[in-house]
Amino acid sequence: MADAVLDQSLDHRAATVAARRHFLTRFVIYGLLVIFAAIYLVPLLVVVLNSFRDQQEIARNGLISLPRSFRLEAWGQAWSSYCIGGTCEGMQRNFYNSLKMTIPATIISTAVGAMNGYILSKWRFRGSEALFTCMLLGVFIPGQISLMPWAFILGNLGLSNSVYGLVLIHVIQGISFTTLFCRNYYVSIPDDLIKAARIDGAGFWRIFRKIILPLSSPILIVTVIWQFTGIWNEYLFGVVFTSGQQQPITAALVALTASGTNVRAYDVMSAAVLIGALPPLLIYLFGGKYFVRGLTQGAIK
Amino acid sequence: MSTLTIRSLRKNFGAVEVLKGVDLEAQNGEFIALVGPSGCGKSTLLAMIAGLETVTSGEIRIDGRLVNSVAPKDRDIAMVFQSYALYPTMTVRENITFGMESRRVPKPQQDEAVKRVAAFLQIEPLLGRKPGQLSGGQRQRVAMGRALVRDPKLFLFDEPLSNLDAKLRVDMRTEIKKLHHRVGKTTVYVTHDQVEAMTLASRIAVMHQGEVQQFDEPATIYNRPANMFVAGFMGSPAMNFLPAELSEEGGRPTVALQTADGKTVGLPIVQTLPSDTPRQLVLGIRPEHIYRFDPDLQRRKPSIAQIDAVVELVEPTGAETMAVLRLGAKEITGRFDPDGTPRMGETVTLGIDMARACLFDPTSQRLI
Repeated sequence: MADAVLDQSLDHRAATVAARRHFLTRFVIYGLLVIFAAIYLVPLLVVVLNSFRDQQEIARNGLISLPRSFRLEAWGQAWSSYCIGGTCEGMQRNFYNSLKMTIPATIISTAVGAMNGYILSKWRFRGSEALFTCMLLGVFIPGQISLMPWAFILGNLGLSNSVYGLVLIHVIQGISFTTLFCRNYYVSIPDDLIKAARIDGAGFWRIFRKIILPLSSPILIVTVIWQFTGIWNEYLFGVVFTSGQQQPITAALVALTASGTNVRAYDVMSAAVLIGALPPLLIYLFGGKYFVRGLTQGAIK
Repeated sequence: MSTLTIRSLRKNFGAVEVLKGVDLEAQNGEFIALVGPSGCGKSTLLAMIAGLETVTSGEIRIDGRLVNSVAPKDRDIAMVFQSYALYPTMTVRENITFGMESRRVPKPQQDEAVKRVAAFLQIEPLLGRKPGQLSGGQRQRVAMGRALVRDPKLFLFDEPLSNLDAKLRVDMRTEIKKLHHRVGKTTVYVTHDQVEAMTLASRIAVMHQGEVQQFDEPATIYNRPANMFVAGFMGSPAMNFLPAELSEEGGRPTVALQTADGKTVGLPIVQTLPSDTPRQLVLGIRPEHIYRFDPDLQRRKPSIAQIDAVVELVEPTGAETMAVLRLGAKEITGRFDPDGTPRMGETVTLGIDMARACLFDPTSQRLI
């Protein structure tokens, strides 16, 4: 009896110690996570706050300080009236340029990637693996290497200094990635489905449309997010192959910071940066859940 | 009317020869089982009949028509896959109608066909569900419904039961048999399970290393296996093989076996031997043809021969008891009635039914 009581209290003490240790480790883990999150978020916070501050106040109190004023004018200016290199239309034209470049390039490169992936995984032919390996090389070749060839091609096609030229570049540059994503996803779709469909009388396109595509949403979401953010944020090709009114927003942002007349308008710059960052951010907010799920998803059961 | 004829069919994957000249035929309404260990080429053979694999050489005829280079959809076949291969994003109804949809069958006709098949397989309540919401047995039924709805010339089954648990497998086996009786379609059924082959097929083709070892009715395959591979593969527990020597006792031919105590015992041979029978033989005895000897049994079955063996291990399964017996240097398995089970360590006198024994040539492995 006495032993039992003793055991019980020992048990109880052990449980308390374990609980305390558990709490301590959780505390350390979450503490570290909060610190790292803050390190990542503070610069963003500074930019967000500055976009609402008065330029005078920024000049007085410095770039990094808490706001004493609140105004929205900087956003309006950045959007439609701020002067960049002589034209005073703000960022809106460049924003639309970026959309005109990113949306078609994303859709086309994803569609081509899905088709490539379907063929390379379900309709293999002699040499298809070798072809896939060659396409993969595109993933590892840095964009700078292809600058000169692209200059040559765009010049010959008459597409230099045009959004369409950038669309072409981003479609071609993106195919390696989209093909890789889709092919690896489609490999996990059982081949028996294709065989059954072939016996059922379905052909190449019908199988793609009726069987493969309906199973593809996770990987298509991943590919679209990947391509959209990648193409939207791309700077090098934009700044090299376009100028002035044809520039995508990333290139225009740099032009904006360089075109300082006398005073650096930190408030407008902050707003412009945020305008430029908004679309990928929104895409990720809405699709991020699927993005993570799609990247980690294996076979379809 | 639908028949299947296969003549000297070969298949190579690069340098690897998967099928080495297969001959096979199925009469109208016949149920052919292709059975063999994994890698024997049975699934490849089925895929070639379906048109999913190309033919290296030889010919495949369905109803006399050469189909070597005919597309799967134009062969008028239906196939049930091991994985069922139900289209995961479609409902059961859409799964069943997909083939008709592809062939542009008019809608009212499709509805009627679905109704007929669903009633036949009792899957009406499932028509609106997706495959993910079905149990294994239900998926199996839907897969069969998808095959049945087309009313094809030829049914192909690729190990359709191996993804089911043991009890369901037995139930579905019975259902497939009933189904075949009712539909009466020519069927080719691939399995690695010899029990499935025995219970379902009107004829069995036992395959090994890309060749058909024997193609015959189940009883013949079981009782008169063409060679040691077929003998060992069909039947569980497997047939016992004992090395023996051809001998003579009182003018009658016998097989001489070494027993545990070093003596030689001659078992009389019942069958008439060909003149070129080799001296060295392999005696094949199925576990169920080994009995505990008693004079009554011998009176009823004169072909019973006596031999002593030591009981090494006893494995009761409930309905019957397996015993591992030491006979000379070899261990053999006997199948006993639970009432007459020998005890471990006991020396028993066995009665071996020599009328059911098989003799093999150890070099060619063929049945004598």
